[in-house]
Amino acid sequence: MNRAKEVLNCYHCGDLCDTIEIIADEKSFCCNGCKTVYEIFSENDLTSYYDIQSAPGTTPSEISGKYDFLENKEIVKKLLEFDDGKHQIITFYIPTIHCSSCIWVLENLNKLQKSITTSQVNFPKKTVRVTFKSDEFSLKQLVLLMSSIGYEPYISLEDYTSGKKTVDRQLIYKLGVAGFAFGNIMFLSFPEYFDIADGNEFWLEKYKHVFRGLMFIFSLPVVFYSGWDYFVSAFKGIRSKILNIDVPIALGISVLFIRSTSEIFLDIGSGFFDSLTGLIFFLLIGKFFQLRTYSFLSFERDYKSYFPIAVTRIDAHKKEETVQVYEIKKGDRLLIRNDELIPVDGIIINGNALIDYSFVTGEAVAVQKLSGDKLYAGGKQLSGVIEIEALKSVEQSYLTQLWGNEAFKEDKVQAFQSLIDSISKRFTIVVLAIAFFSTAFWLYYDSTKALNVFTAVLIIACPCAIALATPFTLGNMLRIFGQQKFYLKNANVIERIAKITTIIFDKTGTITTNKKSVISYEGIPLSESEEILLFNLVRASNHPLSRQLYDTLSARKIIEFDVFEEIIGKGIQATYKGVDIKVGSAKFVNFKGEQNTLQTSVYLQLDSEYKGCYVFKNTYRDGLNYVFEELKTQSKLVILSGDNEGERVRLASLLPKETTLLFQQNPQQKLDFVKKLQQQGERVMMIGDGLNDAGALAQSDVGIVVSENINVFSPACDGILDALHFPSLPNYLKVSKKALKIIKWSFVFSFIYNITGLYFAVTGNLLPVIAAILMPLSSISIVVFATIATGYEGKIFKKN
Amino acid sequence: MSIIYLLLAISIVIALGFFILFIISVNKGQYDDVYTPSIRMLFDDELVKEAKKTNTTKTKKQN
Repeated sequence: MNRAKEVLNCYHCGDLCDTIEIIADEKSFCCNGCKTVYEIFSENDLTSYYDIQSAPGTTPSEISGKYDFLENKEIVKKLLEFDDGKHQIITFYIPTIHCSSCIWVLENLNKLQKSITTSQVNFPKKTVRVTFKSDEFSLKQLVLLMSSIGYEPYISLEDYTSGKKTVDRQLIYKLGVAGFAFGNIMFLSFPEYFDIADGNEFWLEKYKHVFRGLMFIFSLPVVFYSGWDYFVSAFKGIRSKILNIDVPIALGISVLFIRSTSEIFLDIGSGFFDSLTGLIFFLLIGKFFQLRTYSFLSFERDYKSYFPIAVTRIDAHKKEETVQVYEIKKGDRLLIRNDELIPVDGIIINGNALIDYSFVTGEAVAVQKLSGDKLYAGGKQLSGVIEIEALKSVEQSYLTQLWGNEAFKEDKVQAFQSLIDSISKRFTIVVLAIAFFSTAFWLYYDSTKALNVFTAVLIIACPCAIALATPFTLGNMLRIFGQQKFYLKNANVIERIAKITTIIFDKTGTITTNKKSVISYEGIPLSESEEILLFNLVRASNHPLSRQLYDTLSARKIIEFDVFEEIIGKGIQATYKGVDIKVGSAKFVNFKGEQNTLQTSVYLQLDSEYKGCYVFKNTYRDGLNYVFEELKTQSKLVILSGDNEGERVRLASLLPKETTLLFQQNPQQKLDFVKKLQQQGERVMMIGDGLNDAGALAQSDVGIVVSENINVFSPACDGILDALHFPSLPNYLKVSKKALKIIKWSFVFSFIYNITGLYFAVTGNLLPVIAAILMPLSSISIVVFATIATGYEGKIFKKN
Repeated sequence: MSIIYLLLAISIVIALGFFILFIISVNKGQYDDVYTPSIRMLFDDELVKEAKKTNTTKTKKQN
């Protein structure tokens, strides 16, 4: 069998099968988990899972006891979408959905379990909606079944509190109504347009009232349903003394409607119903285009999406029960299992804790806590089971209190004065001035035409093309950015990015990678046999540092230790053929020499003799230097880290001199720092990654999260950037600025159209057919210009 | 010439019919997920092929 020597990929998940060899059905697997999933599928005739896409699977994770809270009826009730006692419907969010095989197997769940009636996947949202018979099958069993095949649902506190979600389809309805009416009115207005020459054809004279009446009826739902939002927005704007772009639009719509209606009722002309409905239809298309969101991402997350729904409480009689986290009171005893998140601030009563606070503080290395130590909510327990006593309730805990800050309530879009806002103010004033001036002129010259001219000016000046320039330029940019794995919350963010003056970076996880750290060895060189010992020792340990060290060591022969012991919080030790080996903290190996307390190090001792230590250093992202050099010319740069000063010297040598470096900042301090800069008039972009940056992300003008895995949750922000595209950051800023230029050019073009139209309007010659040609022509040409120009600017990403 | 009334009525009824169908389809959520159905429709074919494939692999194993 030479097979073992070749590098094999797991048939199920595609990972390398390097450590142990697991073979079933002539197929190799990387672990028993993957093999089990394969066996489940092959027993149930579901092996075409592997034919649709090769190696589509995910390794199932250990879940014992994790879903016990699904036995609690109250919690289950909150999670279910529908329940009639016999059937239950639930929608799960499953982060591991990633290919067509996933869709196929999840929609064939009923082959695995007869009680599941139907299951339907929504791929863009990564959700599956399952209907099952609840009298024979429980929700907990369903979750366990799905977890066993590698599709573990993500159930968080957010699902518990948010309740039922309703889909908002208003805009599609409005667009449908406007499009329907626009099309019909076009047909109905044609007969009169073809009759411009003589205007007294008998046939048309007889039937035009029917056509006009129908046009009027069709226009009613468009004005009062589809276009209603413009009136509401204009009214709100005027009430808060802002002339927003919706003011001239609403003015144009109402003048068009009133003039057209009075024209047909007084039998003067055919009115402008086609222009009116067309205008609203185009405006809504613009809105629809801009509204495209990334449904598989969420930009609104707070701590609730990270926190569990329930924890295990131990009552006075030492009995374990699951309770909803909001029910935790001060003084409750809680059981926190391995890999579970601590939901409240508390004190350790029992057990050894190794807490990963990277969520809260940004510190990369897990910290050791002993009984009696205080724990903060948000930490993740990494070693075994601990018992804690709650000191506070969930909402009053240190981390969750941050969400009470004002910064989370502010609407950034509202607060930002966009380009279109500043232009629309002047535009409205100019249009009104022209309207009144020309009316005054005609009142003096030929008063019969005065009203005609007044309304014509307002109709032709309706800023349809201007209103379309922004959504199409920014909407298209949003799409180009999305193709480059830079996902923005909405189009408005692009405008805000273009105005940035200061950029703040978090350190851990943002400019450093989580995946690997550089480990350097300082001390006496090791012999071959010593390296074998070390390799096997760290291989046996689950401590995060051992794992990292294991990944960097080259593979050696595998041996069995005679004695092996892991002393939690100190280190690991083992004996092999009389040779002792110890790896751990300085104290553990009795190292008395000089230590750098700011660096993370692991010390090595062989046969009671100190050999040396491994120093863990952060790895900075590729292109970090390039990004900072490019950005320093256009904005101030700051590093704002929650970690200690250990990396200061290295960072200072790596980055441009102008960069400000700040360390040991807690989440609140980060938020305050951003606020202080803003008060000095800076427009701040915060680039972070974890919950510890959440405050600063919310406070900043633009908050961007860098993520190694887009499917993993990121805190509330304005944009999510795939870590691989981090070096493109200067390009995104550059292109955002270009996008604003494109909008400005579009404004220039639409002004030219407006001036042409105004010539007809002011001279009193605006015929419905001219309005009907000019309006769509200007709109479409602006849309085409914006699309081509943004596409051209987007090419910058293809070059790199 | 009053045939025009009938023609208008017919055209509007047909248009309204399609409009109502559109509203119903939106209401049912057909536009909520426009991606998954495009993949789902390919599965049926895949399954038929699959049945043959597994048979052949099984016979191979027996040999």
